[in-house]
Amino acid sequence: MSLATVRTRRLTLAVATATVLALGATACGGTTKNDTDKKSGSAVTGKADANAETKKGLKIAFLPKQVNNPYFTIADTAGKKAVEELGSTYQEVGTSSGTDTSGQVSYVNTLTQQQVNAIAVSAQDPGALCTALKQAMKNGVSVVTYDSDTKTDCRQVFVSQASAEDLGRTQVQQMAKQIGGKGEIAILSAAQTATNQNTWIDFMKEELKKPEYKDIKLVKVAYGDDDAQKSFQQTQGLLQEYPDLKGIISPTTVGIKAAAQYLSGSKYKGKVKLTGLGTPNDMRAYVKNGTVDAFELWDPNKLGELAARTAVALQSGQITGAEGQTFKAGGMGTYTIGKDGVVSLGKPTVFDAKNIDQYKF
Amino acid sequence: MTTTAEPVRSAPASRAAGARTLIDKMFKARELAVLAVLVVMLGTTQIYNGEFLSEQGIKDLLLNATILALVATGQAVVVITRNVDLSVGSVLGISAFAAGNYLNGGGSPLLAVLLAVALGALFGLLNGALVSLGKVPALVVTLGTLYIIRGIDSIWVGSRQITADALPEGFVGFGHDGIWAVPYLALLALVVLLAVGYYLRSYRSGRDLYALGSSPEAARLAGVPVRGRIMTAYVLCGALAGLAGALYLARFGNVDSATGNGYELTVVSAVVVGGVAFTGGSGSVYGAALGAVLLTSINSVLPAIGVSSVWVTAINGILLLLAIAVDRILALRVAAVLRKKAAQMRSARHD
Amino acid sequence: MTDTTTKATARRGLGGAVRWDTAVGALFVVLLLCSFSFVDNFGNALNVSFLIGNTLPIALIALPMTLLVVSGEVDLSVGSTAGLSGAVMGALWNEGMSIETIIPLCLLLGVVCGLINGLLVTRLGLPSLAVTIGTMAAYRGIAQIILGSDSVTDFPSQYLDFGAGRIGDTFIPYAALPFLVLLAIAVVVLHATPVGRSLFAIGASEEAARFAGIRVKRLKLSMFVTTGLLSALTGVFWALHYASARYDNATGLELSVIAAVLLGGIDFDGGKGTLGGAIAGVFLLGTLQNVMSLLNVSAQSQIVVTGVLLVVSVLAPRVGRQIAQSRARRKATAVPLRPPAATS
Repeated sequence: MSLATVRTRRLTLAVATATVLALGATACGGTTKNDTDKKSGSAVTGKADANAETKKGLKIAFLPKQVNNPYFTIADTAGKKAVEELGSTYQEVGTSSGTDTSGQVSYVNTLTQQQVNAIAVSAQDPGALCTALKQAMKNGVSVVTYDSDTKTDCRQVFVSQASAEDLGRTQVQQMAKQIGGKGEIAILSAAQTATNQNTWIDFMKEELKKPEYKDIKLVKVAYGDDDAQKSFQQTQGLLQEYPDLKGIISPTTVGIKAAAQYLSGSKYKGKVKLTGLGTPNDMRAYVKNGTVDAFELWDPNKLGELAARTAVALQSGQITGAEGQTFKAGGMGTYTIGKDGVVSLGKPTVFDAKNIDQYKF
Repeated sequence: MTTTAEPVRSAPASRAAGARTLIDKMFKARELAVLAVLVVMLGTTQIYNGEFLSEQGIKDLLLNATILALVATGQAVVVITRNVDLSVGSVLGISAFAAGNYLNGGGSPLLAVLLAVALGALFGLLNGALVSLGKVPALVVTLGTLYIIRGIDSIWVGSRQITADALPEGFVGFGHDGIWAVPYLALLALVVLLAVGYYLRSYRSGRDLYALGSSPEAARLAGVPVRGRIMTAYVLCGALAGLAGALYLARFGNVDSATGNGYELTVVSAVVVGGVAFTGGSGSVYGAALGAVLLTSINSVLPAIGVSSVWVTAINGILLLLAIAVDRILALRVAAVLRKKAAQMRSARHD
Repeated sequence: MTDTTTKATARRGLGGAVRWDTAVGALFVVLLLCSFSFVDNFGNALNVSFLIGNTLPIALIALPMTLLVVSGEVDLSVGSTAGLSGAVMGALWNEGMSIETIIPLCLLLGVVCGLINGLLVTRLGLPSLAVTIGTMAAYRGIAQIILGSDSVTDFPSQYLDFGAGRIGDTFIPYAALPFLVLLAIAVVVLHATPVGRSLFAIGASEEAARFAGIRVKRLKLSMFVTTGLLSALTGVFWALHYASARYDNATGLELSVIAAVLLGGIDFDGGKGTLGGAIAGVFLLGTLQNVMSLLNVSAQSQIVVTGVLLVVSVLAPRVGRQIAQSRARRKATAVPLRPPAATS
């Protein structure tokens, strides 16, 4: 008998043993989902003094979901301006892919190592960054999430682009207005795992339950993975599968752009309505050629600026992230921290042919 | 690239014409099989959903396939020489941006396309030089250039992007207009495909590529200029990836630093599904193009019959496995037949 | 730095025997020394534990991958197998199954994945590159079907601590201990047992190995199975380390592993390489990445560095060999009467 045979047999034996052990463990009752305790509430410690002086010379790092993503570049540039205005130094790091969660984790670790004072992060995954962010907070780093949140106990404040509820509901209202309150609609989302999109879609479904939308039917949620080509094909598929489709909501800047490009070059142009979240620069051509009536978005400039100011306020001890605390965000006015440590930017702006030329981002 | 010792290769020349036509037939059958699968799949979908093969539907199918088919054509030429080019996705991305950037500055569309092709060819030359001069496994080198070109692209492009409103109207129109249901882009791709197919079949240097892939050593001994031919294959592949980049720009009107990321695996899958074997020396560009059409059509078929898009990846993978398994079994069959024939000939001679 | 080693290899050529893996090992040590003395925040225990923890998934898979590549095969489906095992782990956990049952089941799943790869390669005689590109898509697709958009994060904290924590205040993550054991096993198997010698023999010439009585198919099959098993283990570790089980976990890991293994001097044509080289390659890349991040080198530039290293690592030894060969030939022609030296 050759050694190889022995090896194979041993392997089989090992696997069999492992399985038996596993079954044994089940019999004795192992650790299951029900055993884990669930904690919530944001990671808040210490006391806040709203009148404390704003500290200078802090190191503030921005960690977007993806560097080179135009949307995050806008937000982070505004963040940089605010940080420098407040007399601190700014740095931006991040992965070049939007789904490289492990890369994002190691960046959090690196920033902790570099002893920055605060991190403003847009999380690729609500859970994955937790261990690293908690470690950062333990080392005295203030953690602010913006655009995309983590679990509430892994950061101090979440700067929300607009409340998820507002965003979900207003997109449905916008669509209902464009299609006259009647007909089949579909949603073209980003990746199946995208936290933001999934929350908004839940609120869209909530809104659709209201009696005034009884004639609107949501036929499908398709996923274009924030990839131009995939979003393109998903749009085609939607139109083929549902020839009576009246409108598409795409709550992602990549998706809405791809859908608009497809519609504008097809026979559906102007007949199938499209709305969702997009940036004015991306969508200008399609609004002007009649493919898209109106869409919405918050101002990423303000998002970045607020994230920066929140980070500085945290480090200065003006806030700790508890509900009800207020702080002054420079020229942006005063903001109050809501439930679960969320600061919300306000209602989104609607862009259409009339006002789109006033916005350059 | 790893190649296990293959007992089956193309028939030795001594076994003459009979064997040659048999192999030719088999490869034709292989392409016909892909075509048949494609037709059955599209037919079934049409029965299920009457909108699928409408004028707009056909146009969409062709447009979707165009870009992949072009890159697959180039890739097939490289794979036929028993090499591979993994950097095509990165090359596509950087050429698309270069063309867009040029157009953005007010350049003419024709020159923009030529610029993309030239840039692609340049990167092809780099790959070809590394592979043929360094005699290094193509898989590794082009994995390296995949990273390098993607990195250069991201540094150069940064967070800039080219959007539809920055492009001349005629160029974007070229991206989705056509004659009835046949888009201009598809016509262009077809012309390129036929030209490359003709070159491989009818020119000495084209046939050399097959010889090279069947047995590099034998080809060298037979006087084939190995380095030159490998360079040709890579330059062609790069140029086509560059062209595909320009068409991508016209079609999607949107290019950023992530364009073409991860495209290499789709391309390699299309080529293999289309019957171009990794072991080199067999298959045709027509097969590769058919493979590309088949793969992109699946992406359109699934949503049209209401199957969730989560199935796409799994189906693509299984299809690829099926394709190589079928190829292998066919090859074994042919080998058996050839052996039998040879035995008959030998016994005939003895009589 | 790389340049000098290249030249060194070239100068000594074939006979001089500065082996590539030794060079990589030396390079790694030099990099470590430089980083400890010149890079702020590199040398403390926490950072080193981060470095090791983040590199472990690549290192874990590099073990069986080295053995596989030495025998002339490759497995590109490792990242997907890891993703699939993580996805199944998440899905079963959501079903309320106990984690002590789930983990062995995931490992079993890895064995099955490896078995499928191995059977397709050894029984049907298909090239492993093509097979595993196929299964790479297939396994990832199945993971997506199983877990869909879910992201499972609420694993029990003692397991999460094991996945992400370190021993006291030292630089050693808990998870490094089992890795060291596996490393020791792999080193012994490859370099000190008949199995290892058989793998080298198969990689050098499969035909010859078969005639020498080595059960090539069976051995290769068991290598694929081991790779599947360790990939699944990596998937479990990944989910615990990053406290998140998603279908797209460990995407692209195969390329990192292969890049590292190649950098470590494992020849893709089979038959050559050492585990020491592979592990040096893995940690060289990991450390480089860590250092570049600490020095605020952007992600894009890091990609370029990885690519250049990869190309240089395959180009340098070959160019060196060619120069050595042409010298040998010149010498051979200088002395008449003797037949040309049999190189290669």
